[in-house]
Amino acid sequence: MIFSFISPMFPGHQTPLSPVGPQARHIEHNLLLIFSITSIVYVIVIAVLAYGVVRNHAREGFVPHTLVEDPEIERKATWIVGAALGLTIILLLVMMVSSFYTSHSTAVLAQAQAIKIDVYGHQWWWEVEYPINEQPYRMVRTANEIHVPVGAVVTIHATSRDVIHSFWAPNIHGKKDLLPGYENDLTIQVDQPGTWRGQCAEFCGLQHAHMAFDIVAQSREDFDRWYEQQLSPAPEPASSQAIHGREVFLTHACVMCHTIRGTTAGATVGPDLTHLASRSMIAAGTLKNTRGNLAGWISNAQSIKPGVRMPPNPMPSSDLNDLLAYLETLR
Amino acid sequence: MRPMLVSILLLGSLLTGCKREQRVFDPGAAGSQPANGTVLSEVAAGQQPPKGNQPNPIAESAYAVAEGKRFYQAYNCVGCHANGGGAIGPALMDSEWIYGSSLEQIHSTIVQGRPNGMPSYAGKIPDYQVWEIAAYVRSMSGQLPSDVAPSRSDHMPMVVPEQSRPQEHPGAEHPQPVVSEPSR
Repeated sequence: MIFSFISPMFPGHQTPLSPVGPQARHIEHNLLLIFSITSIVYVIVIAVLAYGVVRNHAREGFVPHTLVEDPEIERKATWIVGAALGLTIILLLVMMVSSFYTSHSTAVLAQAQAIKIDVYGHQWWWEVEYPINEQPYRMVRTANEIHVPVGAVVTIHATSRDVIHSFWAPNIHGKKDLLPGYENDLTIQVDQPGTWRGQCAEFCGLQHAHMAFDIVAQSREDFDRWYEQQLSPAPEPASSQAIHGREVFLTHACVMCHTIRGTTAGATVGPDLTHLASRSMIAAGTLKNTRGNLAGWISNAQSIKPGVRMPPNPMPSSDLNDLLAYLETLR
Repeated sequence: MRPMLVSILLLGSLLTGCKREQRVFDPGAAGSQPANGTVLSEVAAGQQPPKGNQPNPIAESAYAVAEGKRFYQAYNCVGCHANGGGAIGPALMDSEWIYGSSLEQIHSTIVQGRPNGMPSYAGKIPDYQVWEIAAYVRSMSGQLPSDVAPSRSDHMPMVVPEQSRPQEHPGAEHPQPVVSEPSR
């Protein structure tokens, strides 16, 4: 009851105090339980200590007691210390059992009907793959944005392509490490539609702080629509500007690292850009996906996110304009 | 006095390692002009082969070579040259160099392309990255200064890194063997 009272006091899209999934709720309960117990104990200990310090301090000419063996006082002290010790043990046991229960209850979502998503950590972005029903021709690949249906059980199959990363969307679940050469599973469920932000939680190099992702929870119909739309190849550009923009893309360095399905660009070093314009952020949650930000990012990403793998791409402004016009058609 | 002198000299010798790990994350717009070919001298007679562009001064630092290794994989040099052993393209870890073994010559080879299969990467790979790839290619036959060569590989298997192989000694230019045309 107290939990349902406290939770709404901390709204937010990246906080464990505003859970939107069953596991985050269990974790929050455990957090609040341990936090309440330790705060109360802390206040009591400090209060007793303060009382002991202040009690005789103000008295004029006070001389501290010499140590006197008084069996009556000894017995009282033994009782008090013993009771405090017993209470401490009981409270520690309560917290331990609660933690066991939390670990257990975060791991028991039914996985039989789960939607499978592969997540690969890169320095410094997230590659997301939907191998739905294991059908290669139905596979969707995107970056830094994970769409899930509301209320559905989703298994995230996570590994890393370079160093250790950690997947953490605090509103939804705890952390799960992404280890190179090893696969970790994380089962989640989001009960509330919306966009929930996550973040790499294991220091992974220079731009660790700029390695965020969004989990977009939407209704089943919206999810299916999004999925079908992501399956389609990039639309043919209509305007002459966009047609030239595609040429710029295919004849510059872009094509060495990025894929746009429906064109000859098929490299897998950087994020798949087939539906770039449908994503709300670029550069792993660093910038909003606007024309200006995209222009800056293409021209010199190093000035925005130093150390990132994207090299500077100097090109005439007319070419850059046409390229942006083309990228904006990639809905 | 002597111990102080010795320690100053010893500490001073550490300075020689300073550039080993130097890295420039932002090569700037000027440094990143797409590699678009090199000026070849008009006459190439005599001993001196034509020089290419001026190399990036930090191209042979440890960081540049490690980056070159990454690009070598990412840009699919592996596809033809394998991990130095050669397959469709020639091997890079031996002392045989058809188009020259210097940093400038390897840069030119990558940028201009070469007959019989090596495509030109002009405009596709930023210039500073071409220098880094060239430095890595050279490292595969042990051409790196020993203070630059890493002691272990960047990858997980604990093997001697290819950048620390024994040095090969490329001889003079090896012209590509001319296949005699069948008589008509």
